[in-house]
Amino acid sequence: MKLLKRLSVLALTAALTLSMAAPAMAAGSIEVTEDVSVSDDYDWTRFKGQNMTLNVYNWGEYISNGSDDSEDVVSDFEKLTGIKVNYTTFDSNESMYAKLKSGAANYDVIVPSDYMAAKMIAEGMLMPLNYDNIPNFQNIDEVYRNADYDPENAYTVPYMLCTTGIIYNTTMVDKAPTSWADLWDPQYAGNILMFNNSRDAYAIAAFKAGKSINPDSTEEVDEVVEELKAQKPLVQAYVMDEIFDKMIGGEAAIGVYYSGDAITMIDDNPDLAWVFPEEGSVLSVDSMCIPATSEHKEAAEMFINFMCEPDIGKANAEYIGYTTPMESVREILDEDLADSEIAFPPEEVEAKEKVFTALSDEVNNELDVKWSEMKSYNEGGSGYLFLLLLTAMVALACFNIWRKVRRRSRNMY
Amino acid sequence: MMKIYDKKLAYPYFVWMTLFTVVPLFIVGYYALTDSEGHFTLDNLVSISGYSSVFARSLLLALIATVICLVIAFPVGYFLSRLRVNKQHIMLMLVMLPMWMNFLLRTYAWMGLLSVNGPVNAVLGLFGLGPYTMLNTSGAVVLGMVYNYVPYMILPLYTSMTKIDQSLVEAAQDLGASTTKTLVRVLIPMSVPGISTGITMVFVPAVSTFVISRMLGGGSNLLIGDLIEMQFLGNSYNLNVGSAMSLVLMIIVLLCMSFTSSFDEDEMEGVS
Repeated sequence: MKLLKRLSVLALTAALTLSMAAPAMAAGSIEVTEDVSVSDDYDWTRFKGQNMTLNVYNWGEYISNGSDDSEDVVSDFEKLTGIKVNYTTFDSNESMYAKLKSGAANYDVIVPSDYMAAKMIAEGMLMPLNYDNIPNFQNIDEVYRNADYDPENAYTVPYMLCTTGIIYNTTMVDKAPTSWADLWDPQYAGNILMFNNSRDAYAIAAFKAGKSINPDSTEEVDEVVEELKAQKPLVQAYVMDEIFDKMIGGEAAIGVYYSGDAITMIDDNPDLAWVFPEEGSVLSVDSMCIPATSEHKEAAEMFINFMCEPDIGKANAEYIGYTTPMESVREILDEDLADSEIAFPPEEVEAKEKVFTALSDEVNNELDVKWSEMKSYNEGGSGYLFLLLLTAMVALACFNIWRKVRRRSRNMY
Repeated sequence: MMKIYDKKLAYPYFVWMTLFTVVPLFIVGYYALTDSEGHFTLDNLVSISGYSSVFARSLLLALIATVICLVIAFPVGYFLSRLRVNKQHIMLMLVMLPMWMNFLLRTYAWMGLLSVNGPVNAVLGLFGLGPYTMLNTSGAVVLGMVYNYVPYMILPLYTSMTKIDQSLVEAAQDLGASTTKTLVRVLIPMSVPGISTGITMVFVPAVSTFVISRMLGGGSNLLIGDLIEMQFLGNSYNLNVGSAMSLVLMIIVLLCMSFTSSFDEDEMEGVS
């Protein structure tokens, strides 16, 4: 009896501790490293010991990689799951697309931008995801789900975001710019930096003209590109990353760029300021996807789930400086970044954000032809150059023939 | 025992050239003459006519850069070839020195130097001049080309000039030829092989560059290289048009090269 009592007490305490421990365990976590713990409500180790290799293809400098005391996210994943990651990088959506299209390499996780994701979905190059394997998808803010590039949200999990806007030098402008139309203001002639990339530059002109940033007819493209042509005489240069040096060095009064990079520029030159133009801005979203050719879909989904862990998202967001789509990450972010209105724009700005979708081949082609036409267009006209070239070529050919003939006649003696 | 002039020794390079030069050339040709479905078409080539002003500008800027390189490099090459041998080595190293640095970095540095708040304008400012807008002009692009490619002109010129016997120059002057005449009748004809190699080595990379025009030309001085780059890595991703552009560029370059090589042949005849 005594024994039984003691046993029952033991059982009771055991049951009690268990029942107390159980809820704690459900929300418990596995410590991977000092700074990183992941949810233990997920079977991270099911591929352990299978010698599996996952091919991840991401943008360059787009993951916390252990340099400068940051967290080495990839090695954390390897440590946790026993899956080996073969991590490679690309520098443009197009080069990534070209590589996948050629079938030269097999990838399991890729990170295309919005419009490229849409294009790849349309071409059947992506595999629908099994969101049961990505429970952390619930961390992604509602706002960033079901975006235009993936309306059913069947293929993509947002990774990082940024918005376009105007960065300006407060010492070089009389009045702070507020709209894209200010980039057409003649008083800033020679002091404006524009995107050297057709889609982003087009979007600015489209906002100004009140058109869609995703044109659906070639006529619409022609009309909007006229705006860019009109702006050209005012533009100092069309730049991408060169803008860092130019804005920081006070070379130009107004430039357009991505919010994540603007934070870096303002850090280096406090005279700079950022504004979300009133017409709205472009939200670019880079999403994690799985190519249709992947052989390790489930492991790839595990990787995506891992990337959506709050601690991992924090490490990445702090390393990259772009905006995280996860509210739970923002809550634990470094205060400076979390409070930044540039990284996390207020709701009225968010409401006016637009995303790129894939353009039809015909429209895309027209956009590129018009863009390069705009870039090579000279106010004075350069038709005479071509005539000059043609004459020079003909003259050159004649001269060569004349030489050959002369040599032959000389050789006859 | 293999003889040193055994033809077989050239086979490894021959195989290399076939695989990585000849075959790709045919692939470029194939893409240029087909559409995305692989059917034969001439549309790609026709559509290029719309970019003729870009082609013209590239050729013009490359031509100007080549001429400037030649004018700068000719006296330098002559001076180098007349130095004592040990000094020649040091001077040659100085000519090559910038090439040890990354091409991109060197161009990027010019971007800083030429900017409105840059050191060049700061120095001019001391004399009450400027500031001038030097960056983002065609002139800056030509400067970038000259700066980056002038060693490729100096080296072949120097090599061919070392073979010129100083006594020939002295003889010409002894016999009463003026400096100009010595230059035109003796020095220039004898360094023609170097000149034509130099022109090729400067003109070809200059005409197809895209980094220089993007950084120093501000993106509005579009060159063929930029256009081709846009087709392969830009938004359009049109391999067919890109290949057609490369093909046209190749033909133009070949035409230009035939001009310099015809000089070369003439010279060889004179020598033999």
